[in-house]
Parts: sequence; C-alpha cells; structure tokens
Amino acid sequence: MPVLSGVSFAVGAGEAVVLRGPNGSGKTTLLRTMAGLQPALAGHVAGVDVAYAGHADGIKSALSVAENLRFWADVFGTGPVEGAVRSFDLWALRDRAAAHLSAGQKRRLGLARMAVTGRRVWLLDEPTVSLDAASVALFAGVVRRHLVRGGAAVIATHIDLGFEARVVDVSAFRARAGALPEGWA
Amino acid sequence: MIRLVLRDLALAVRAGGGFGLGLAFFLIVVVLVPFALGPETGLLSQVAPGVLWLGALLACLLSLDRIFALDFEDGTLDLLACAPVPLEGVVAAKAAAHWITTGLPLVLAAPLLGVLLNLPGPGFFWLVVSLVLGTPALSLIGAFGAALTVGLRRGGLLLSLLVLPLYVPTLIFGAEVARRGAVGMDVEAPLLLLAGISLGATALLPFAAAAALRINLR
Repeated sequence: MPVLSGVSFAVGAGEAVVLRGPNGSGKTTLLRTMAGLQPALAGHVAGVDVAYAGHADGIKSALSVAENLRFWADVFGTGPVEGAVRSFDLWALRDRAAAHLSAGQKRRLGLARMAVTGRRVWLLDEPTVSLDAASVALFAGVVRRHLVRGGAAVIATHIDLGFEARVVDVSAFRARAGALPEGWA
Repeated sequence: MIRLVLRDLALAVRAGGGFGLGLAFFLIVVVLVPFALGPETGLLSQVAPGVLWLGALLACLLSLDRIFALDFEDGTLDLLACAPVPLEGVVAAKAAAHWITTGLPLVLAAPLLGVLLNLPGPGFFWLVVSLVLGTPALSLIGAFGAALTVGLRRGGLLLSLLVLPLYVPTLIFGAEVARRGAVGMDVEAPLLLLAGISLGATALLPFAAAAALRINLR
C-alpha cells in the first residue's frame, strides 16, 4: 500500500530540510524509508551515512545517562560522550538511572544519542515532542552547529525551530488510491 | 557486538529477573519431581537425565520472549538496525547474552540437581557435556522464534508453539547423551548429532532471525 509517491529532494552538506504535513500524512514512513528500515516500493534513497531518531528513544531505564550514551558511542565506534552530554544539558544527570528521568530529559538523552553517532545526516522524527521551550532552543543550537560542521538534517516537525531550513510538505506527495507502481497489484 | 553482549548482561543483572527466572524454574521442576514420582531411587536415577534436560529446556523457553521484545518496545531495535553493526551480529550477540544469563546457570546447576535425582556417577560428566553442547542451540532457536514473533502483541504463546517442535531434536539427542552416559553406554552418535544441531543453528539461524527482524521492523 503506497503512502507517498513522487517524493524527490536532495539534502546537501550544511542543509536542513523540514518535513511538514498533517498527522498520518507519511512523514514517519518517509524518514524510516530514508533510514533503510523499510524498502521503498519504487525509487531509491542515495547516500548512506545516516542516523535516525524515531518516536521511541531506545533508552534502557536500568542504565545511567552516561552508560546509555556510552553504549551507542561504542556501537557507532565513536569517541567520548561528554560533549554530547554537555550540549544537551545532561551533565548534572549523567550518573542518574534513565528510569528516573522526566519525559523531556529522556527526549534530550535520545537526541544526545544523535550527537554520539558521528553520522553526517540526521533523520529526526518529531524531535521536539515533550521538550520545553528552553530545550527546543538547546536542540536547535545543536542542529545548527551540526549543519555548520558540514552535517545535514531531515526533520519532521510541526513547530518552527528557528533556523533556516527548506520545507518539504509531504501532503503534496500523497499517493492516490490505486496508484501502485508498475508490477504491484 | 561484545558491547551489546555486555550491555545485555548488565541489564539482566540490574533488572534482577534475567539470571533468576530460568534457574528458579529449573530448580522447582527438579526438586518437585522426586515428590511426584515417589522416593524410589532406581526409578529416579532412570528418569534423571530426561527430567534434567526437560527442566532445562522449559526453563530456557520461559525467558525467550524477552530476547527482542524489550528492545523492540523501547525502540532500541530500530536504532540497532540503522547502526553500523550487521543485524545478524545483533542476533548472535543477543543469543549469546541469553545463553550466558539462562543456559550457563542451568549447566552449572544441573550437576547439583542431579544429586537430588540420584543420577548415577558417570552421568554427571555427560550431563554437563550434553548441556554445554545443547543449550546454545536452545538459545539460538529461541532467538529465531523471538525474532519471528517480535512485533506481535502477546506473541509468547505463538513463540512457544513455534519453538517447541524445533526444540525436539535437541532434547532427544541431549537427553540421549546424558542417558547413555549415565548407564555407561557409548555416547558418540547422539553426541555428534547434538553438536551438529548446535553448530548448524549457530551457522544458519542468525541469518534467518535477522531476515525475520527486518520484516518485523517495517
């Protein structure tokens, strides 16, 4: 069952793309396809160096903040996690078990994970859910620094993050019913 | 991947349930069998290898649905699928962690529980050998079943139904090694078959489980 069709855009180094569209319009589907979690029915996603953050943060509540990040840094083969901990204002919480974090703090930990992946293209699905205004600004700052360093980001969000980004409205690419690509029935 | 094994072990230790559940179940089954069958030592030593193997198998089955379900629920599995580690390696690491938290304690506890069932002297060695060889297959087959049922709500029942028939060959040859060893017969044939099952499972099932995971993550 196709959700979107005819979507085509390129993201260059230092560039951010914001995906917009009403709930259920296919933003998550598009991001998961770009992350390689599901194959596209037709067409392809070029470029590989991506890190994905979905609705769930993949945090183990029995591990501390620093241990959670340390694990992902080891999986991605990157270095120390202190920078990511500080940039999301988690330093004071670094030894606290993730079970005792608030929803917003968990979200910040989930986003800090992106910084330790060392990947250049960040795919972020509703990253600001449960963040307060200050944390949103913190997050926007981190993304901006990532872009300055030659990274790129594709962000599905409903709010204005306060930095320059190209907007792609996915509702324009809604697949029509019965518009299956050739070979699919 | 070593990191993944270590993390799973840390989680199992801290969450408490990981090590204890299977072991406690094994203990209960084996302790209760003499009460159910009566104090006839001849009968007990005859059924000891089979009961010990059956207990170990069921104890293993008990913790299977936790292999992937927890990581699936909190999104870790999605993130691991995007990470620069092959999903096959993730499966192998999860199965290894499951074996260390479930299979290994069972192997270590089995000789002690063998005493309760009046297992004949030479049987102890072959019981441990058969469990060391056989329990990795139980973990790997279980990981495959868990991968197949990971997205399903209340997939535990389906998982048991899927996995039990796949466990039968391991049980037959594992218990046969222990039984033959206990009565002093030649164990070579069942031992080789048991080792073959474990090696075959190690070689093939991580790939099958990774394919199942990819489909379930869509």
